Amino acid sequence: MLKCRTVWRTLAPLARTSSTVCRQNARRAGLNNGRLPACVPAAHMSTAPAGGGRENQLYVLLVGATCVGGAIYAYRTVKGDSQRYQDRIDEISSRPLKTFTEEPATPTQSEPPAAPSPAEPSPPAPDAEILAPIETADLPSADEPAVEASPQEAAEPAAALIVEEEPPAAEPAEARPGVVAEGHIQGYLVTLVTTILPEPSPPSEPTPAELTEPVADSESPAAESAAAAKPAEPQLEAVTESGDASPASHKVSSHTPYLLIGGGTASFAAARSIRARDPGARVLIVTDELVPPYMRPPLSKELWFSDDPSVTETLRFKQWNGKERSIYFQPPSFYINAEELGSAENGGVAVLTGKKVVHMDVRGNKIKLDDDTEISYDKCLIATGGVPRNLQVIERAGEEVMKRTTLFRKVEDFKSLDKVSRNVKSITIIGGGFLGSELACALGRRSTESDLEVIQMYPEKGNMGKVLPEYLSNWTTEKVKKEGVKIISEALVKSVVSKDDKLEIQLKDGRLVKTDHIVAAVGLEPNVDLAKSAGLEVDSDFGGFRVNAELQARSNIWVAGDAACFYDIRLGRRRVEHHDHAVVSGRLAGENMTGANKPYWHQSMFWSDLGPDVGYEAIGIVDSSLPTVGVFAKATAKDTPKAATEESGTGIRSESETEHTASSPVASSAPSPTGVQHKDEYGKGVIFYLRDKVVVGIILWNVFNRMPIARKIIKDGEEHADLNEVAKLFNIHDD
Amino acid sequence: MSSVREEGKDRIIFVTKEDHASPSSAELVEEDPNDPYEERGLILPSGEINWNCPCLGGMASGPCGTEFKDAFSCFHYSKEEVKGSDCLENFRAMQECMQRYPELYPQEDEKEQQQQQSSETKPTSQDSAETSENGWWRWLLSFYKTPASLWPTAP
Repeated sequence: MLKCRTVWRTLAPLARTSSTVCRQNARRAGLNNGRLPACVPAAHMSTAPAGGGRENQLYVLLVGATCVGGAIYAYRTVKGDSQRYQDRIDEISSRPLKTFTEEPATPTQSEPPAAPSPAEPSPPAPDAEILAPIETADLPSADEPAVEASPQEAAEPAAALIVEEEPPAAEPAEARPGVVAEGHIQGYLVTLVTTILPEPSPPSEPTPAELTEPVADSESPAAESAAAAKPAEPQLEAVTESGDASPASHKVSSHTPYLLIGGGTASFAAARSIRARDPGARVLIVTDELVPPYMRPPLSKELWFSDDPSVTETLRFKQWNGKERSIYFQPPSFYINAEELGSAENGGVAVLTGKKVVHMDVRGNKIKLDDDTEISYDKCLIATGGVPRNLQVIERAGEEVMKRTTLFRKVEDFKSLDKVSRNVKSITIIGGGFLGSELACALGRRSTESDLEVIQMYPEKGNMGKVLPEYLSNWTTEKVKKEGVKIISEALVKSVVSKDDKLEIQLKDGRLVKTDHIVAAVGLEPNVDLAKSAGLEVDSDFGGFRVNAELQARSNIWVAGDAACFYDIRLGRRRVEHHDHAVVSGRLAGENMTGANKPYWHQSMFWSDLGPDVGYEAIGIVDSSLPTVGVFAKATAKDTPKAATEESGTGIRSESETEHTASSPVASSAPSPTGVQHKDEYGKGVIFYLRDKVVVGIILWNVFNRMPIARKIIKDGEEHADLNEVAKLFNIHDD
Repeated sequence: MSSVREEGKDRIIFVTKEDHASPSSAELVEEDPNDPYEERGLILPSGEINWNCPCLGGMASGPCGTEFKDAFSCFHYSKEEVKGSDCLENFRAMQECMQRYPELYPQEDEKEQQQQQSSETKPTSQDSAETSENGWWRWLLSFYKTPASLWPTAP
């Protein structure tokens, strides 16, 4: 008030002087509408000559005061508006307050994270990420539970937050939330009433979970205990959502604390890890396969050497010590039904087969299946593995060719290839890596009994050309040839046509190969279908979901197995497609899902057997483009995979590494050469792969049960001057 | 003597037994027993049981996992002269649970035979009711008596 008066007082003389000057100017210039611009120079003119100092000051004071006054007015208006908005929200939310009386217990914890939640209705809310964990499954609309959850605490921080935003932006934003809040809240209230009355426990149960979830990363044990604190109450409730408020499906919705997408090795290892660490945990595995989790290595190894004619049905194989086991990790009685998961007293592992996850809503912590069922989760693991790659020439070649092509990965592929191998005269395997070579050896073995021709073709110079150094790759190729396989190396497929019921493969160098059936083993395409809907990063170098060293993609999402491109602290970012890695990473992901926060540290290994004479175990980065140092000794008859298992008494060569993972090496019904001494030079030894003079990979060539030493050397990451000295640690000459 | 050959970027060394007879001069970094990242055996440095140890197989995670954990925990912390003799109830509960899943938990006879092969203790005389518990006890005791590298797998 006073200010205005003083302003006016100072204004008056200045106004008079400026107006007289302006009038004079106007008459002179003859401008009518140029009043304002004329005034300014007039003011200057009036002040520039002598005695204009005071008026200049007054003018500045006038302008300054106007600005300040305007700013104060704007601020007051905004503040008043936000206060009115808060009051309205408080009033509305104070209505169904009785179910959320638990909130005062955790106000301090939830206050900072809860603060952004009322701001969520306002569109310019920048922190959508923080809001995500707050939303839970049962309640359909995202806004309301967050708003409802903490009416008291939200008031202050929310006001502060809104004021921090652009004052003009807040004004239109404020108008909309009011409308949004009202409309949605009406719908929410209907839902709340219908769900609360029959089942009082479920809404209250998610809310402590939803409040603790924003701090879940550092306090996930707390979250787990909160969730597990009410184990007796059924969590798998069929909450009927009122369709109005929910834009999602009308199907039955359900909830599981631990959701594992994918039913392979990594998923099973994670399930086991979670169950071991979280007492009474409920784990749901969702897989699009029709069978429970199984191990993949025997599909291209042991199962082919079984004496049992019904092996394709039983899927059992005999290990070297006579112990028989199934490829399935556990018999069906191990798992409980998905419907019973919620009510099981001590929890359990349920497998939902034949269902594909088509959509993932990270903000809402839920997934949608191909039959429109929605399942919400607290923690989720993506272990979707991959799909075998195919050659473009085959894909373009048409139905007839595709009918005679096998992409080998699953149990049914094994069954169909087994059947095919008994009925055709010639099979060609395209691909010279692990899978291709193992299948070639397996089928080659079969070819000795039957009339089958087995051809293997690949672009490299020798088998395992991308893994083994050239000299070893050549040696291996000779061994594979001895298994009865016809090798066509440096072969690039140009086209495949179907002619007279046979397939004709035309190679780029002009060679023509005629065959009955093709097996394409040209790599694996990691399954990242969910990346788009979930908003997860996909790695462009290695493929797969990009995760950190703890295998975490986002707050409650981990990825393990073939699909995970993770950061290995020692060896850098990589993606590994081996069985033991699936076990190790699955187990680690399970540990981290239960609060361990451990990085990938225990280096996984892999192995391969190519016939009874060639077997190796490897660890780390084994890339043939790296410089290598190989230290070899002469092999005796004792240094074969078969001998290794018989001696150690373990039917499973990798049992010392991880339990129930590997199976014994190639079983041979034909008598193996016992007294034969290998004339070849590379009987057994150790090969070091170097990167910048540091050992990053090791192959134990026909040397077994020494993986811990190899693991230690890689873990150390030291530069060793003489690798022969390092090789001594392995005692390769010992039996 | 060892012979060395170079093939491009790859180096090949052939060694005889005598070449490798002398101890290695390669230095390995000393292990930190309290490294939190390392995979642990059955017993953690804190003295607690590592339920996620691969050596336990699926025992702690299966349908009878809870019963198994109770029994083994009781056994582990038992201070009785005959370790675990105060845990009979827990073992019986575990037994009962396992009998409901014969597929998952092999029958007693097989297990007994395996125990006798791998265990060091002599089978004590007992009535049939306690046979199974003794079998479990022997299996559990074996974890304490043998070095970690030779731990038997789950029965």
